[in-house]
Amino acid sequence: MTIFPLQLSEIFGHWGSYVVYLIIGFAFGYVLEIAGFGKSDKLAAQFYFKEWTVLKVMFGAIIVAMILIFAATGLGLLDYNLIWVNPTYLWPGIVGGLIMGVGFILGGFCPGTSLVSAATGKVDGIIFVAGVFFGIFLFGETVGFYEDFWYSSYMGRFTLMDLFNVNTGIIVLLITIAGMGVFAIGELSEKHIGKMDLAQFGNWRYGAIVVSIIAAGIVFVIGQPTNADRWDAISAEQEARIADREIFAHPGEILEFMADPKIIVQVIDVRSETDFNLFHILDATHVPLADVEDYADTLLLQPINTLFVVASNDETAATEAWRILMAESVPNVYILEGGINNWVALFGSEDDLSQFALADYGDDNFAYVFPELLGSRYAAANPNHDVFSEMEFESKVELSIPRGPASGGCG
Amino acid sequence: MATANPSMEQNITQTHSDTQQEASQAKPYVNPYLAAILLGVVLFLAFFITGSGLGASGGLNRLLVVVEDFVAPGHVDNVPYLIDMAGGDKNPLDSWIVFLTIGTVLGGFFSGWQNKRLGFETVKGPRISKTTRWFFAFLGGALMGYGARLARGCTSGQALSGGAVLSVGSWAFMFAVFAGAYALAYFVRRLWL
Repeated sequence: MTIFPLQLSEIFGHWGSYVVYLIIGFAFGYVLEIAGFGKSDKLAAQFYFKEWTVLKVMFGAIIVAMILIFAATGLGLLDYNLIWVNPTYLWPGIVGGLIMGVGFILGGFCPGTSLVSAATGKVDGIIFVAGVFFGIFLFGETVGFYEDFWYSSYMGRFTLMDLFNVNTGIIVLLITIAGMGVFAIGELSEKHIGKMDLAQFGNWRYGAIVVSIIAAGIVFVIGQPTNADRWDAISAEQEARIADREIFAHPGEILEFMADPKIIVQVIDVRSETDFNLFHILDATHVPLADVEDYADTLLLQPINTLFVVASNDETAATEAWRILMAESVPNVYILEGGINNWVALFGSEDDLSQFALADYGDDNFAYVFPELLGSRYAAANPNHDVFSEMEFESKVELSIPRGPASGGCG
Repeated sequence: MATANPSMEQNITQTHSDTQQEASQAKPYVNPYLAAILLGVVLFLAFFITGSGLGASGGLNRLLVVVEDFVAPGHVDNVPYLIDMAGGDKNPLDSWIVFLTIGTVLGGFFSGWQNKRLGFETVKGPRISKTTRWFFAFLGGALMGYGARLARGCTSGQALSGGAVLSVGSWAFMFAVFAGAYALAYFVRRLWL
């Protein structure tokens, strides 16, 4: 199992974990200040082609962090699925970005740099921060008028690898090379427009370029772990849980969680489309087994109080789906004990059961022939918890707080 | 007595030039490539240890909500966007991003102090007055704050952090910020040049 990211609140306690963020923030503010980002004229110079510090530092930092992150995930030290990848809301992001670009050139800062500027006593920085507060306030008051747009063009956890359908190593390599191109253009611009002496940047930067391209190449060669690799790393521990039946939750227990307003239960139905159309639990999501791995990205973005229940007719396909989701680090996944067949047997009406039950059916096949494709419109799809509250079962579900953050730096 | 005066005057001049020297001793900013590497390492460590990157606007947002919740708690409980952070008895400060933001201010202050760059001054282009600079700082800040919420992140939380972990939205956002700034730069050059 990958060790990083750490479950900070488990190690340091709830408030104690915040000390770590305080230290990271301190380092962040320190670096912004020594880069000169507390001074608005230095930032604005970027947009008049005189000084490229902004792009150099930003693009350079992205390259360095990217190489280190994907080297760590490639080596199995860091779990990419547990780190926060900003979900894409394409158009709100672009419109917001354009507004911020205008704010940047008028005001001379971005929010992070303005904090550092204000901290060092720059009056324009302090006033800018006041402006940021006002802008945030205005947004809170006005977003209600166009909430549809704010939630539009949602693409979830959507990476450049998904967009171009290539592996991570290629993207890392291309961005690194593109970055070097940006630095070269920047320096030409600084020399001819900014009249700067480039010698001040030191010859070591050429060495740094070679090192980063080699490092990006190494990331490419190492590659990223596949679902099978990820499962191998945890299989010993997890197969034991399957054998002990720790992860098979009784339908009665699932029903209890469904009745709990604090918990969201998402049933992931991995059966064939025909079976799903014949009968499924109310609000279940149909994800064929072949698509489960891709669907893990969506599950990772669900609220942390979600209980995922995978279900097949019996348990075979559901167990396979469970392995895939565990390997993808989806938290709080359980298997519906006895599958949909058991669910119908427990919650179906006497009539249904005697009329439609098959005497003989294969492994992981549906044990009923319902006359119509009514999906979730059978009573058994939405059993009344009050009626079945006396059901006896052994509790298996232990909800845990997943590692990694539930929101990014902007929430 | 007559001889004491000049020496005293000399002393004063001496002290005066000392402070001037002190002020001019503000250390130069570091090589941008070194800053890039350091920032990259900080960003990596943030992801490696905590699983999330850096940010600033989220922290500012929550600090603002504290004030709103104090001034008008009923209002906060009625605006869906605010309920998430401070509805009922939720504490908007109970979030890692708030502590990251406080750390950022402290780190910036410490560096400014260490490198003798503290002091009240208004940084502006040579052709505008302080008041003009202040006006545009506020206006720019307001646009930044508004845009950052609309885009769900600022330059640090969205462009820098999301860029490093290869989010499509973050890269699109980053291009938009630079496009917006470059497109307008020529027309407002009086502010800076």
